[in-house]
Amino acid sequence: MEERVQLNRQLAQMLKGGVIMDVTTPEQARIAEAAGACAVMALERIPADIRAAGGVSRMSDPKMIRGIQEAVTIPVMAKCRIGHFAEAQILEAIEIDYIDESEVLSPADDVYHIDKRKFKVPFVCGAKDLGEALRRINEGATMIRTKGEPGTGDIIQAVRHMRMMQSEIRRLTSLGEDELYEAAKQLRVPYELVQFVHDNGKLPVVNFAAGGVATPADAALMMQLGAEGVFVGSGIFKSGNPEKRAQAIVKAVTNYQNPKILAELSEDLGEAMVGINESEIQLLMAERGK
Amino acid sequence: MRIAILALQGAFVEHQQMLSKLGIDSFLVRNLNDWSQPKDALIIPGGESTAMTRIIKDEELYEPVRAAILAGLPVFGTCAGLIMLDGDHLNTMDIKVKRNAYGRQLGSFETTDTFEGIGEVPMTFIRAPYIESVGEKAKILSVVDNHIVAARQDKQLVCAFHPELTEDTRIHQYFISMIG
Repeated sequence: MEERVQLNRQLAQMLKGGVIMDVTTPEQARIAEAAGACAVMALERIPADIRAAGGVSRMSDPKMIRGIQEAVTIPVMAKCRIGHFAEAQILEAIEIDYIDESEVLSPADDVYHIDKRKFKVPFVCGAKDLGEALRRINEGATMIRTKGEPGTGDIIQAVRHMRMMQSEIRRLTSLGEDELYEAAKQLRVPYELVQFVHDNGKLPVVNFAAGGVATPADAALMMQLGAEGVFVGSGIFKSGNPEKRAQAIVKAVTNYQNPKILAELSEDLGEAMVGINESEIQLLMAERGK
Repeated sequence: MRIAILALQGAFVEHQQMLSKLGIDSFLVRNLNDWSQPKDALIIPGGESTAMTRIIKDEELYEPVRAAILAGLPVFGTCAGLIMLDGDHLNTMDIKVKRNAYGRQLGSFETTDTFEGIGEVPMTFIRAPYIESVGEKAKILSVVDNHIVAARQDKQLVCAFHPELTEDTRIHQYFISMIG
């Protein structure tokens, strides 16, 4: 494998067991870092506000992203639109640590994702199922996350996507060698990727949960379902006490198998983000880019 | 022999796999209860040192871990694990560390260089630190491009790179031989 792809997959390995938080200002970035975030996602508006505002949502102002890069020492990620390779080039030029080719922003291309192998900087992409995950990996993504349903505070879609991926992975491991060619055809990915999953029972890259995580219990749920870490978007800075909630979610990801510790963490967190139920939303961001 | 691996955040599973390849038993430490188990050594993995620092304090592991290392528990830190042992963190090793010394992710690299007592080893640097200077008690084990990337002080071993991400088990074996 190319050295760059390897190094980019390995950075994702270092983020495991951690929480990546959406931040919109240097001040929020510092709060996130102090709370124990393993990385921050710099964006102008968090998904809940993007959803509320409507209209076309684009890459953030590079100046704003640079302000956040200067404020913290942990990795800084930023989002570009699906298929918008020029936005990705700009993010690479400011030496972002990870690009999220994200369905949270308005897609720029309804057919093609970015050819991520052309970049030196790493990419994380969302997926609802194994086929999407492997197609993104084939395009060069070095980290995968569930799409979930961003900006809702409703965990149901992240759960659905993680369960789907895990169950498809389990199914693939049970197939005979000669059945893998057909599986590759159905998943629309190269045979080698299917063979890797069959042999190893996991994706070839790190897989995080994202979209709708609002509480320590949500984070623990996703970790127990097989996530290797968690993205929290609107859940923290749309809540009553962001600092405390951020710390609690960080600790919940470390101790996700320990209900006693989770109980302590869940106490007195103040108001959670109000959230919107899946059935109440007009726009399903998870349906963007398949 | 049983080795504790600090599993607050980061690439702890990779160390566990490395030890299992060498036939060494290990367990993960996430809280005080885990820490109370008997152990012959400790590994602090790569990850984010700010995240680990926050959690190690919140889980009330900071003092007991520091005390154990000062009392002679052998410890091996890689990347963030190296940072955790310096004067600004657990403060058990006499080293001065520069964090994110090679810049952002675009500065991450692989190389092969000499490690004293072993020879040429593959080295993976991910947003890595390096050691700016070592005190009298610490011994330099590897220098890459004029920067110190591995050192030892009594039973404490640190690398700025990630031996746990390669197939080469020799640095882990070196650590195991230190446990004695």
